[in-house]
This record gives sequence, structure tokens and C-alpha cells, in this order.
Amino acid sequence: MGNKQTIFTDEQLDAYQDCTFFTRKEILRLHGRYHELAPHLVPMDYTKDPDCKLPLALIVNMPELKENPFRNRIVESFSEDGMGNLSFNEFVDMFSVLSEMAPRELKAIYAFKIYDFNVDNYLCKEDLEKTLNKLTKEELTPEEVELVCQKAIEEADLDGDNKLSFADFENMITRAPDFLSTFHIRI
Amino acid sequence: MPRKRDVSSDDVGIEIDGDLSDSDDGATQRRTNRRQAAGRGGARARGRGKKPASEDEDEDDEEDEAPRGRRGANKKKPAKKRGGGDDDDSEDEAPKRKRGGAANKKKGGKAQDSDDEDSDAGKGKKGKKGGKKGGKDEEEDSKGKKGDSKGKDKGKDKDNDKKKKKKKDDSSSDSNSNSDEEEESMSEGEMARLMEEVEEKKKLIATIRNKPWRMKRRLTHLKEAQQFVDKFEGALGKGKGRKWYAYKVMMTKKWIKFQRDFENFRTACIPWERKIKEVESHFGSSVASYFIFLRWMYGMNLVLFGFTFGLVVIPEVLMGLPYGSIPRKTVPRAEQATAQDYSVLMDFNGYCKYSVLFYGFYNNQRTIGLLKFRLPLSYLMVGIGTFGYSLMVVIRTMAKNADVGGGDGDEGEFTFAWKMFTSWDYLIGNSETADNKYASITTSFKESIVDEQENQKDENIHLRRFLRLLANVLITCSLGGSGYLIYFVVKRSQEFASRDDLSWYEKNELEIIMSLLGLVCPPLFETIAELEDYHPRIALKWQLGRIFALFLGNLYTFLFALFDEVNTKLEEEESIKNASIWAMKEYYANYTRLLNDTESTPPPMDPSDVIRGPCWETAVGVEFVKLTVSDIQVSYLTILIGDFARAVIVRFLNYCWCWDLEAGFPSYGEFDISGNVLGLVFNQGMIWMGAFYAPGLVGINVLRLLSSMYYQCWAVMATNVPHERVFKASKSNNFYMGLLLLILFLSLLPVVYTIMTLPPSFDCGPFSGKPKMFDVIMETIELDLPAFLGTLFSYAANPGLIIPAVLLMVLAIYYLNSVSEAYQNSNMELKKKMQMARDEEKNRRNNTDSTNQVMKDLEDLLPNRSLAPPAPPEPEKGPEQEAKPTKMKPGSAGKGVNLQKDVALASPNPNVRGPVNRAPGPRGPGGMPGPGPGPGPGPGRGRGRGRGRGPPPR
Repeated sequence: MGNKQTIFTDEQLDAYQDCTFFTRKEILRLHGRYHELAPHLVPMDYTKDPDCKLPLALIVNMPELKENPFRNRIVESFSEDGMGNLSFNEFVDMFSVLSEMAPRELKAIYAFKIYDFNVDNYLCKEDLEKTLNKLTKEELTPEEVELVCQKAIEEADLDGDNKLSFADFENMITRAPDFLSTFHIRI
Repeated sequence: MPRKRDVSSDDVGIEIDGDLSDSDDGATQRRTNRRQAAGRGGARARGRGKKPASEDEDEDDEEDEAPRGRRGANKKKPAKKRGGGDDDDSEDEAPKRKRGGAANKKKGGKAQDSDDEDSDAGKGKKGKKGGKKGGKDEEEDSKGKKGDSKGKDKGKDKDNDKKKKKKKDDSSSDSNSNSDEEEESMSEGEMARLMEEVEEKKKLIATIRNKPWRMKRRLTHLKEAQQFVDKFEGALGKGKGRKWYAYKVMMTKKWIKFQRDFENFRTACIPWERKIKEVESHFGSSVASYFIFLRWMYGMNLVLFGFTFGLVVIPEVLMGLPYGSIPRKTVPRAEQATAQDYSVLMDFNGYCKYSVLFYGFYNNQRTIGLLKFRLPLSYLMVGIGTFGYSLMVVIRTMAKNADVGGGDGDEGEFTFAWKMFTSWDYLIGNSETADNKYASITTSFKESIVDEQENQKDENIHLRRFLRLLANVLITCSLGGSGYLIYFVVKRSQEFASRDDLSWYEKNELEIIMSLLGLVCPPLFETIAELEDYHPRIALKWQLGRIFALFLGNLYTFLFALFDEVNTKLEEEESIKNASIWAMKEYYANYTRLLNDTESTPPPMDPSDVIRGPCWETAVGVEFVKLTVSDIQVSYLTILIGDFARAVIVRFLNYCWCWDLEAGFPSYGEFDISGNVLGLVFNQGMIWMGAFYAPGLVGINVLRLLSSMYYQCWAVMATNVPHERVFKASKSNNFYMGLLLLILFLSLLPVVYTIMTLPPSFDCGPFSGKPKMFDVIMETIELDLPAFLGTLFSYAANPGLIIPAVLLMVLAIYYLNSVSEAYQNSNMELKKKMQMARDEEKNRRNNTDSTNQVMKDLEDLLPNRSLAPPAPPEPEKGPEQEAKPTKMKPGSAGKGVNLQKDVALASPNPNVRGPVNRAPGPRGPGGMPGPGPGPGPGPGRGRGRGRGRGPPPR
């Protein structure tokens, strides 16, 4: 960090380290990646907490996200305005939650948000259909989609309101054997 | 004192939590008591004027803690505040306190109701505490009364808020005035409490990364917590403590970092992780499971290699007699001419046969070298240890896998939901892989859909059953047929062995039949298995089991031939032994006769001229090594021709061919999981059997596994296509392990048999000259260990002791088995109960999650549209937030029926207050710290809850 110019103060780095699952080096690398996305927009000096946000279109094109069918949702979920504009804080936050070290509970919360396409804090059938179509590139017939969504809701819905609340989702996802291994991005 | 306090605060948490149930009586009473006692104590207040205020705040804290408490242990209350000079914090608490206040109010009402019930009990206990509380209690009481009067209609948040505001003002002013005195007069109890708070802050710092907050909020909280800790830990530790504490913090940080690095290092140390992942992403976990198995094998063989080379081969090379010193270490004169020919060496004859690679090279000297290394003993121990270690590792891995497998026992419960939410691997960053993943997800969904539809229909179950039965009958028939064929051929070959006039076919009949069977049967089985229409995963297991049974015939013939050979060699040896002794005598006699000098000792015979026995151990070892090497060659060539050449032809001839080669007939090969796994398993069986006779075999095997890892990884990526139905491997590949265990057991038998019963060769190997191989142990016990140990061993070897021991083991197995069964039963019971509890919870879930911290955090994470340039309306959000406060009350009412009504009543609210939510105005500095008067609660309670906690407005 030192030899060219200071991107972060030591306190900032420590704070980031406490708040995320990253090491100092990784945070600096993340800043590098963030900077790389829009070199003319992102300042190299973050000591003064500049207000700078990158639009969704730029972030979604990162190689880590490019192939992900949920990339737009991921970015949107982590942006404070819900439109996918990410400040560096949110950017770090995103990769921290998606890192390997993040605990299951935390990941579950954000996974829920990601799959909640219409942002109503419930996964309703509509959300599930969107999820499924994204997963399969719409190769299933409408009847199959209908069946799968119906079954998924049946399986996980505990309170019988025909949509999944977070409690339902958490209950389901904490037992999923693959959730932790698949819900992470290495950066 | 602080301890007690802590306990009570926990109770408060439970109290709110358990509002619904009646079980919270105790807690309510406690609270009542306290309040009562406080009233009393006020009279004999001890003149600690500043106390009440801080106490008051404490009370708030406890209230605040309540909703959080239910989050469970890991979500500790982040910000506990202390009166002295921590204004930021108290501001920050505002929204929380509001909630707490509401609860408090309700409780007040409730408490008053139950006042009379049990006021006496707590008096003595709480009196002291009450004394300190004098001033505050008045307020509390009045509040309680108010709460009592108002508490029942919950819609009136206004009151609460007013109250809260008042309270807040009080507390903040109080704390300001008190902050100066605070530091000077800290009593023991306060110190402890402060310490606890600091601890909690620290915990917050440690766990802040686990909180589902926005980064900005996290950073703010972190800063506050750190400031708090910095401020107070010094006061606590009084200088020296601070240093010590700083040191401790530093060490913890270092330790965490070290752990992290170590973890990274450990993952980095797992070899071929990336290679396997790559294969997995293209070919699915079933193919990857083979490579994982291969890697596991490699690890195990590496350990075996370490043992064998470290304890047998290297000591012999370093300290043993050199080549040519004694007959067993020398190529016989008759073979010397061709000993270096390539073809001879390739057959592991010549110099190869008389090297450390094989049993015969080792000398029977009891100790070698300066270190007095007991090589024969070490040889035997390593031979047995190989089996012991392998058994242990295989069984341990199986147990561990079974453990893992037990975790997903309730698979099928969430098939679709899991597929939907966890099947996409977020790590995929390659478009080709992504396409594969899409395809495989689609397939897996289709599979599940088909399963589901079948489950629903279930019409041709009888046909299916019939077909499965038929398939099994067919396969049993063909297995029996091939078994008989092998038996027949082996018998015939024994006949042939005594004849000389054999045609080429008759000479090689056995091999030809065996390879024909190996060639024809697996595809046949696969075809028959089509009838069964199993899930490919289950089909793979069946296929593995059947081919395994077929190959057992292979093994049987091989061992049969081997034992035949050994027996003839043993007979041969008897005569040669006599001849050899006779030749030696003759040599000496001739020597003395020729020189006419009986005094001088004759020079020893040239080692290459000595007549020696056939050394059956080395012969067996050579056989195994040859087999292993030819197996390697065959499997590598098969890959090269069957996969690579085919892929090349299909790929390049496709341009000039009449039909589509890629999609049509030859197409590309699929990776043959069952064949490869079985090849690996049987190869390992060969290694286990042969390692005792050819220590070098383990080294060859390590090389083979290493090269085949790279070679097969390349081959599979370059020449194969994914299976038509990419299927998931079972979590635990215990089936492979089970096969391995079976093979291990089978290969253990012949080796142990030879060690225990066959006499070792008289002139080669570390056990030569002894009647049995294991006599070397007896010898060691007699000569090297103290006498009493010898007698001890003889007692231990007594049948009278062994039989009871075996009995005991059987009993232990029986006992453990029944225990495990009992556990299984209780497991099932628990699962059932869980299911029931879940069903029961269905209705209650709606009610209880009202104060769920996660839900709040989740809401908090909803995008803040006000920050986005265009602010589209979001009608859904309202009801959720508004429903919450209302839900608390039905809780206190304890009736689910009311609940529904309340929710219904509440739902119109959001529409009224919706717009307020979105407007940033009311949330401004004026609105937040003292929750606004009239319409305040709306925004304050809604999204403001979170935001208010973030940046402290003041």
C-alpha cells in the first residue's frame, strides 16, 4: 500500500478487516479491482471517504459475476438504493458475504435477498419462476416450471401462505448440504 | 450484584420472547418483585444520588436486550450503554429503546396485574438493588401504570413514544451530569459491570462481520464500539491491565490471522484440488468422485510407501551387504549373460530380480549396520503394518463418510427447493462451464420432475419390479455361467500343465477366456441394467457390484495359479536344498583334496556359483509386479486408443464423412466410472498382496497413481464428453470404500496364510533358515526383551486368554451394534418430533417472528429507494413493517385467534403511512433522537429503526 500512495489509512484498513472476512491485502486487491472497473471514476485515495458509486452494468461484467445468472440480483441486493449502484463499501460487503469465510446465517440472509426478485421480503411463486428460468435458461416447459415451483413451495413453506418467508427459507437452506460450497465467490 | 443483574436481564429477554406462553410467570414475578422492592428500597435509599439515573439507563438496556436476546447466543447485543459520557451511544440506542419502551410498557401493565401474587418472595433478595433505584422507580411505576391503562389497546404508540422521549431526555441529561463523577467513584460492582460491557463490545467487534448490516452501519458501529472499549478498558485495567489487554488483543488477532493463514495453507496443500474441480465442473460430481478416490488412494499409498522405503528398503540399501557379497544378492552364473538384456529386465528378471525390489535380496542377518537395525523384524512388521494401517484408514474414512452421509439423511425433503437455491455454483466463471452447468441443472431438474411424476403416478410399479427381478436373474445367470467357465478352464489348464504337446490356444486358454469375459460382461451387464431403469447413481452401484463379482473370478484364478506355483516350488526347494548342501560339502571336500591341506580354510565359493533354491517369495513378487505393470500399460493404452484415437478420428474425419460422427455412431467416449474405479480397487488389491514379496511394488504404485492422475485428468478433459445424464455422486463415496475394504480383506487372507503356515525359502529373504516367518518375532521376544515380557507374551498367546478376548470382542460388537441401533431409533424419533414441531410451528411462526432480529435486519437491508434518483413506490413494504408492532400485543394476549384479527386491523395502516416512510424528511435530525410526537412512530419504527441506529444524529 505504502510506496506509491495511500489508498486507505491504517485505521480504515483495520476497520475493514474487522467488518469483513478479508485480510488487508485482499481489501487492497478488492480496491484494485474496483478501481479497475472504472479508473476514471474511482479515486485512488480513499482516506477521505469519497462518495463514489459504480453502476450495475460495470460491476456485472466482472469475470467473477459475468456467468452468474443472478448477477444483477446480487449487485442489486447489495446496493443501498436497490438499483445496483455500488459504493466501495458495498462492493467489499458483497464479496465479504460471498467469501468462503462468511457463516451460513449471513449467507442465508443475502441469498434470500438475491432470490427475492420483487423485493417484498417473501419468495413468492413469481420469484421462484424467475429463479428457475434463470437457472435453466428457460429450457423447461411452463408446466414443468409450474410443477417445480409448486413442489419447492410445498417443501419449504411452513406457514402455509404459499410463499416463502425468510424463516422458511432459512430453515430450508440451513439443511442444504451444498449451500455453503456453492454460495461463494472467490476473488 | 452485576451477576445477578445479568441473569435478570436474560430473563427479561425470555420474558418478552415468551409473552405468548404462560411459562414466563417466573420472570414476570421477578420483575414485579424488583419493582416492588424498589418502592420499598426508596425509603431507605442510601444517598447515592447519582445512582438512579444510571440505573435507569440500565433498565433500558435490559429492555433493549430483550428482542435481541432471542436472536441466540451469537447475536449479542451490540451496544450496551453506560451512563458516563457515551452520548453517541445513547443516541444510537434511541430507536431500539423505543421498541424496548413499548415492551416495557406492556410489561408494566402486566406486572401490575400480577403484583399481589408474589411480592414477598423477592423482597429480601431485591431489596438492596431496589435501594439504588429509588428515583427511577417512581418513573417506572408511573409508566407502568400508564402502560397498564393504555397497554391494552396497542395501537396507541404515541404514548409510548412520548414517554420514551421523556425518558431519553432524562437519561441523557443525567448521564451528562453524572459523567464526571463516574470515573472517580467506581465501586467493585460497577467495575465488573463495565468490564462486562467492554467484553460485550469486544464481542461485537469480533462478530460484527457476521452481522447482516450495511457496511456503512457496520463501520459506524465498529467505530463506536472501539471507542468505547478504548475509553473504558484503560479505566478498568488501570494502566497495567491495559497493556496486558492490548497484548491479549494483539495476540488474539495474530492467532486469528494465523489460523486463517493456516487454513489457507492447508487448503492449498490439498493436491489437485483445482484439477478435480475443473473436471467436476465439466463432467459432474460422479466423475470427480473417481478422481477424489484416486487422490485418496494416492495419499494412502504415499504413507505405505513411506513405511516400506523408510523402514525396509533404505536401511537395506544403506547398511545391508552390497550386491554380489552373498549368493542371494548375486545373479546366478547361468543368467549372467542375459541379465542386462532389456527384455529380461522388462520381465523383472536378471538384475531386477536380485535387487532390493524383491523379497529374496534381503539377508537374514538379525541386525545390520552400526545401528543394529533389526531388518527381518522390521520387514515383517512393515508387512503386517501395511495391512493394519490400510484397514484402519479405510475404516476410519468410511466412518467419517458415514458421518457426513448421516447429515443429509433427510434428503428428499427439500429436493426442489435445494435444487433451486443451491444448485448454481457461484464459483463458475467460465462460459463453457456455465453452459455445462445450465445443462446439468436442467437435466437434474428434469430428472427430479420425472421422479416426481412417477411418484405421483406410480402405475407401472409392478412392471418395474418384474423387470428388475428379471434383470437380476439374468445377471445372476451370466455371473454363474462365467464363474463356472472360469472354474472349468482352470481345471483344464491344470490338466494341460502336465502335457507338453499344447497348441497356442491351449497354452493361453485361461488368459483368453478371462479377457474375453472382462470384455463382454460389463457391457452386457450395462445393457441388462437398462431394464431396471434405476437412477444412474444407483445403477452405477449395481454395475460396480456386479463387475466386482465378475472380477473376483479373475482374482480367484490368479491366486489359484499362484498357489499352484508356490507348491511346486516348495517341493522343488526340498530337493535343491539337499543338493545345495551336498554341493557345498563337495566343494570343500574337493578343495581339501586338491590342495592336500586340511589345515587351511578354503575360500568361500563364488556367490554366483552356489546352487540355490527357486525362492518362491521372489517368484510371487515378480508375478505381482509384472501384473501391475502390465495393468498400467493396458489401462494407459486403452485410454490412448479407446478414447484419444477415437476422439481424434471423430473430430477430424467428421469433415469428410457421410454421417455426423460426433452425434451419430462412434461419437466421443464417456468416462467409464465403474471400470476405472474397479481398476483402481483391484490394482490396490494387487499392491496389498504383492507388497510383502516385493517391497518395490509400493513405489511403482505411487508412480502409477501419480501419473494416472495427470494422464486421466488430461484424457477426460481432452477426449471425453459428459454423461448423458450428469448425475450427482452420493455424498459419501462409501461404496468405493466398501469395495476397497472387501478387496483388502481378500488380499489379506493369502498373505497372512503364507506368513503363518508356509515355510520361508531356505536361502533367500530375511526369514531364511527359520521354520516360519513369524518366528522372527519369537526370536526378538526371547533375545531382546527382558525375560518377564517373554513370559507375559506367552501368557497372552495362551488360548485360554485369546478365546475370552475374542468372546469379549464379539460381545462388544454386539453391544455397540445394539447401542447404535438404539441411537438410530432415537434419531428417527427425534426426526419425527422435529417434523411434528415444525407442523405445530406453522401457525405460530407468523406471530413469533415479529420481534425477530433477523427480520428486522432483513428489512433494514431493503434497498433504500430514497437514495436512488427515481423513487418508485413500494407498496409491499408497508404491511410488513406495520404488522410488526401489532403482533406483539396478540402475543401478550396469548391467543392466536386474536392475532389474525390484529393483523387484519393493522394492514390498512401502511397505506396511510406509506408515503411517510419514503420521505426522508421526518427521519431527519429532529425526528430521530426523540421519536417524534404524533405520527412519529410510523417512520421511526419502520425503516428508520435501522438507519437511526447507524449514524448517530447528534
